Amino acid sequence: MLRLPPCSYLRPGSVDEAAELLAEHGETAMLVAGGTDLVPKMKRGQMEPELLIGLGHLAELRAVTETEEGGFEIGAGVTLAAVSGSPRLAAAYPAYTRAAALVSSPALRNVGTIGGNLCVDTRCNYYDMSFEWRQACGFCMKKDGDICRVAPASKRCRAIASSDTAPAAIALGASVVLAGPGGRRREVPVDDLYRDDGQYFLAMAADEIVQSLRLPPAGSWGSAYVKVRRRGTIDFPLAGVAVALRRSGLLVEDCRIVLTAVGSRPFDVSPAAGPLLGRELTAEVLAGADDLLAEVANEAAKVAKPLDNADLHYVWRKQMTRRAVEQAIVEAASCLPAPGGPA
Amino acid sequence: MRRAGELHVVGRALPRVEAAAKVTGSIAYADDIELPGMLSCKLLRSHHAYARIISVDTSAARAMPGVVAVITGHDLPVKYGIMPTCEDELALEHEKVRFVGDPVAAVAAVNEETALAACRAIRVDYEPLEAVGSIEQALVPPDDEPIHDYAGPANVHRLAALEFGDVDAGFAKAAHVREDVFFFEGNTHLPMEQHSATAQVVGGKVTLWSSTQDPHYVHRALSKVLGLPMGELRVVAAPHGGGFGGKCDPFSHEIAVCKLALMTGRPVKCTLTREEVFYTHRGRHPVLMWVRTGVDDDGRILAMHFRSALDGGAYGSYGPASTLYTGALQTTTYAIPAYRFEGVRVFTNKAPCGPKRGHGTPQPRFALEVHLDKLAGELGLDPVELRRRNYVKPFTRTVNWLRITSCGLSEVTDRVLEASGYEQRLRRPGHGMGFAVSSYMCGAGLPIYWNRLPHSECVLNVGRGGVTLLSGATEIGQGSDTVLATIVAEELGLGPGDIRLVTGDTGLTPVDLGSYSSRVTFMAGNAAREAGAKMRALLVKAVAEKEGCAAGEVRVAGGRIGVMSFEEAALLAEERFGTLSTRGSYTPPEGIGGRYKGAGVGPSPAYSYSAAVVDLDADERSGEIRVNKVWLGHDIGRSINELAARGQVEGGVYMGLGEALMEAQAYRDGLLRQPSMLDYKSLTFLDMPEVETILVETVDPEGPYGAKEVGQGPLLPVIPAVVSALHDALGVWVDEVPITPDKVVRVLSARSKGKEPRYGPKGFPEVPYPALVKVAPPDAATASL
Amino acid sequence: MPRPIGRELLRVQVNGEERELLVRPYATLLEVLREELRLSGTKHGCELGECGACTVLVDGLPQLSCLLLPAQVEGAAITTIEGLADGAALHAVQRAFVERGGLQCGYCTPGMVLAAKALLDANPTPTRQEIKEALAGNLCRCTGYASILDAVEEAARLLS
Ligand SMILES: Cc1cc2nc3c(=O)[nH]c(=O)nc-3n(C[C@H](O)[C@H](O)[C@H](O)COP(=O)(O)OP(=O)(O)OC[C@H]3O[C@@H](n4cnc5c(N)ncnc54)[C@H](O)[C@@H]3O)c2cc1C
Ligand code: SF4
Ligand code: FES
Ligand code: FES
Repeated sequence: MLRLPPCSYLRPGSVDEAAELLAEHGETAMLVAGGTDLVPKMKRGQMEPELLIGLGHLAELRAVTETEEGGFEIGAGVTLAAVSGSPRLAAAYPAYTRAAALVSSPALRNVGTIGGNLCVDTRCNYYDMSFEWRQACGFCMKKDGDICRVAPASKRCRAIASSDTAPAAIALGASVVLAGPGGRRREVPVDDLYRDDGQYFLAMAADEIVQSLRLPPAGSWGSAYVKVRRRGTIDFPLAGVAVALRRSGLLVEDCRIVLTAVGSRPFDVSPAAGPLLGRELTAEVLAGADDLLAEVANEAAKVAKPLDNADLHYVWRKQMTRRAVEQAIVEAASCLPAPGGPA
Repeated sequence: MRRAGELHVVGRALPRVEAAAKVTGSIAYADDIELPGMLSCKLLRSHHAYARIISVDTSAARAMPGVVAVITGHDLPVKYGIMPTCEDELALEHEKVRFVGDPVAAVAAVNEETALAACRAIRVDYEPLEAVGSIEQALVPPDDEPIHDYAGPANVHRLAALEFGDVDAGFAKAAHVREDVFFFEGNTHLPMEQHSATAQVVGGKVTLWSSTQDPHYVHRALSKVLGLPMGELRVVAAPHGGGFGGKCDPFSHEIAVCKLALMTGRPVKCTLTREEVFYTHRGRHPVLMWVRTGVDDDGRILAMHFRSALDGGAYGSYGPASTLYTGALQTTTYAIPAYRFEGVRVFTNKAPCGPKRGHGTPQPRFALEVHLDKLAGELGLDPVELRRRNYVKPFTRTVNWLRITSCGLSEVTDRVLEASGYEQRLRRPGHGMGFAVSSYMCGAGLPIYWNRLPHSECVLNVGRGGVTLLSGATEIGQGSDTVLATIVAEELGLGPGDIRLVTGDTGLTPVDLGSYSSRVTFMAGNAAREAGAKMRALLVKAVAEKEGCAAGEVRVAGGRIGVMSFEEAALLAEERFGTLSTRGSYTPPEGIGGRYKGAGVGPSPAYSYSAAVVDLDADERSGEIRVNKVWLGHDIGRSINELAARGQVEGGVYMGLGEALMEAQAYRDGLLRQPSMLDYKSLTFLDMPEVETILVETVDPEGPYGAKEVGQGPLLPVIPAVVSALHDALGVWVDEVPITPDKVVRVLSARSKGKEPRYGPKGFPEVPYPALVKVAPPDAATASL
Repeated sequence: MPRPIGRELLRVQVNGEERELLVRPYATLLEVLREELRLSGTKHGCELGECGACTVLVDGLPQLSCLLLPAQVEGAAITTIEGLADGAALHAVQRAFVERGGLQCGYCTPGMVLAAKALLDANPTPTRQEIKEALAGNLCRCTGYASILDAVEEAARLLS
């Protein structure tokens, strides 16, 4: 049986205390919420914290509240199951709740949190392997080694951003509240949480904690998330696309497109949606007329530079990114409020 | 033979006899065994694909607190292997490692963590050698030394070249000849249960509990390697969490725990991790195949030439048999008047391949069926019609001397076509249906090592109202306990739940070769039936004497023997005859196969027949395939338990679809690409389509109540039927499984560029085949039985 | 040598019984159940959250015991396969698995049965698709899933 290496576990009394502990213990400590990402990685020796600082029991992280301006604030400790099972959230933010519903498997979603999902480790099939496997292969720069196995010339790690909910949150214009020691709080757009570096993929400070996710009022946005994977469940995204759309009258006023699993961070490629702006999303356009969607998709997928460090052929993953963009636009359009409805 | 109407429990959809123990968690699988003072064992495995071992330093490990014993290859220097012709394995290697994961040392410690830490503290000095990674590479002289020194040339393990009838003459007469090349990627069993073994030594005698499918072969290997007489060893097949062929070899961890238990005097357990299960493997061989067939104007086969090249991985395992199986059963579905088979198995530096559900036959079945589809297309013939024109007839003998008895090929074909509406299907873009047939053995006609023991033996004891069957067969989830209990119950007029079973225990049960080659229902079933019938005769005789009636007047049913309850009758019979113990045994009949070298592989006392129709939708842009439904018709002879039989069909279809669409044990630079359940893709609930099972009962003359196998056969036609349905849907051929979506997109884009709409291997390598062994086919009189 | 880390007190209810145990803070619930409490009905196929064999109910919800740390289940009520039957009487889900042949080797069965029970507690009349979605994280290599679906449907009938 695979087991965890010895480590201690602390249950801080509050988020503030957790941040203090993080600051105090530095690199030897790690936060753990649901543990569904961390525990397997620790069993494989990819992470070796001596101290785990638990967040799961903190009630202050488990609230879902409506904000004054009409949006939602979701505590980082809320489970993926709670989010995906919430009709209120699903009505307002279909891309987000759909993404949460597509993470791994039901039993994992009962434990895995939205905060943990935003911070989920980047993935690579030279790295998400046991200690023995990596030893046989030769360690890589993300853990225990000094070169990149998939792209030996690369100066940085090219492990793949694999959070399903992050692109949806970004497309919906969400932000996170970060808690630091001494009661410090700051709010940053979700997009600013990430860096395009597989090893140092989180831009927040080492002693910061994601306290909550703030979703702006849904307004007249329609949104969707499309996940490419091999099986109907359990699998991480091979590509993921979140789209949020807004119309003015019949014409597209705004369109955001965010990709995941195509690089080391989620990519906001909204400018690619330019040709859609001011256009009407007629059934013909959505069915592929004028190649409008294809044009948008091609442009959007340009940032996608898949490598041979995930499942299936990387050329296919790139092709599927394009297709998922088109599909996500179509799905987002289908859940737009009727024109003339609530703005 | 009693007719269906007279059967009381055979054929009914009764619950499995061990189901209650399984749904309550009370059944103890191998890893659930806990003995006082038990130590944990871990194996240290090679992290080189191919290397010479210079030295092994275990001193740091031995010095660790909690470590009780450390062994290396020097402690277990005797080679073994499942097949006598290639005993090329050491429990722990001390000279050379041949794949990543090859065991080199074992530690027994107070707990698993300590054992693991100690393994990591063992220093092994390696001198890496140039690893061999492909069939092509294995066929040319190696840069360093060959992986094994007992075979060759190059890294060839085994060659076979057989010809039945005059193939050249057949081709010369043929109006059409077609050639194709196919590749079947390797895959693995992925049983949910990770292998586990526990050994205990009491009074110098060793008992091993293991999740093994065939305790008898483990028993033999232990005796050989440990140097102990078989009588001092007892191997018990623990309740089993899934085998599919992956637990049919004797394994390092089984031998190591016995050795460590002998050394320490304490019980020792070793449970593999999932990754170690992937290294232990013995799964489906990757096979490259080339086939050429000549037909007359009506599509009747005149000659066939089939070549296969198997990537065997690092050790022999069942390899010689696997090689011959890729050529043996082509003739059991189609009457091929002249047939040539050339096969080669090579060694590579990968986890060793072996038997997986359908052993050696799913690969050629895939190639053969798809090849016939293409041939039909070329001839402008309906693919079903082409097949029908060539179907074997019941009670005939094939060109390679296999005896065919009951054969429901036409019936299963009719039934699946009718149920699926295959012939009337409506055309819509991206939608396709495919059809294929297959056949499988009901137990191998010969044992793995030469011996004259019966293949299956049973002892049936009745006393104090209780009925206990002792059988060496092993319940691996396939339902063997239920089948045996049902058969005994049928004979004694009881219910399956009334029969107590003691199985798979070399210390208590008589010999049985084990649960492989779909042999249990047919062979152990016949043995159980014989024992049951004898017991029934004793009981009936006692009652008839007492009642003063003829034995024929004593009705045995519903828990009664004539006028008496079973318990009263049992008491009476015991008073009359003494201890009530009967025996049954089964040995396959003579003459079911040929007499040439290699004739040992393929013969079986009966063959099951399957036909599949697969209905799918394929997406032109993504290459993604959604299987909507599978119809599977299976000639089971007679179903002993309908619930279990349907379960086997559904499970077989599931596994076939997995192999067709996603399962692959593939390597990158000598390292396994997917040594986890996340990365090794198997179908989930959400990927599995509906299956319509159609059981056809042909009542085999020699099977127990006419029963034949159902554990392996239904997997076989599914894979080619998927390929065929994909062609029907998109007009492209993917001649390589698994058919992943990236392959489909590649072939579609090739087509759009005007290239051949085919994805698959380009050619077949030069193989140094030996001279053909020419075997005269059976004469006309022998050919029709 | 790893530094020794002391055991800590864990209070949980397991199958209705209050338990106080001293456990290593890094021993997963799977290890605690199987090795400390000797409840070996909970199975394991990967220990990485990939197969569902180790599913138990934590406060009624299916969770993977191979990924849970003791601190995460402090004070929780845990149901394992051993706790489902009422004495000798099988739970309806168990009965349905027996009668419908929802198992072969039985190794995935404890996890399947518990996931099915949690589903039926939350949704007594699931559709076939809903059953598939609820059990999607539980792999089975034997049955092809069909008979498990039949069993869960049957259990829903038995319970209604
Ligand atoms: C088999 C399997 C399949 C999976 N499939 C998917 C998938 O398809 N898509 C997907 O997105 N994920 C997947 N996951 C990963 C994981 O289950 C989810 O991402 C989950 O949401 C992680 O949440 P958690 O609470 O369990 O995180 P944890 O494991 O507790 O934490 C994950 C990381 O985030 C950090 N962290 C946690 N909470 C906070 C916080 N509040 N502030 C700052 N840092 C924090 C931790 O230190 C850790 O580094 C899968 C995992 C497994 C084992
Ligand atoms: S991308 Fe390169 S450095 Fe990063 S995990 Fe993979 S192999 Fe290692
Ligand atoms: S053992 Fe927990 S999910 Fe596989
Ligand atoms: S019954 Fe064997 S794994 Fe499900």
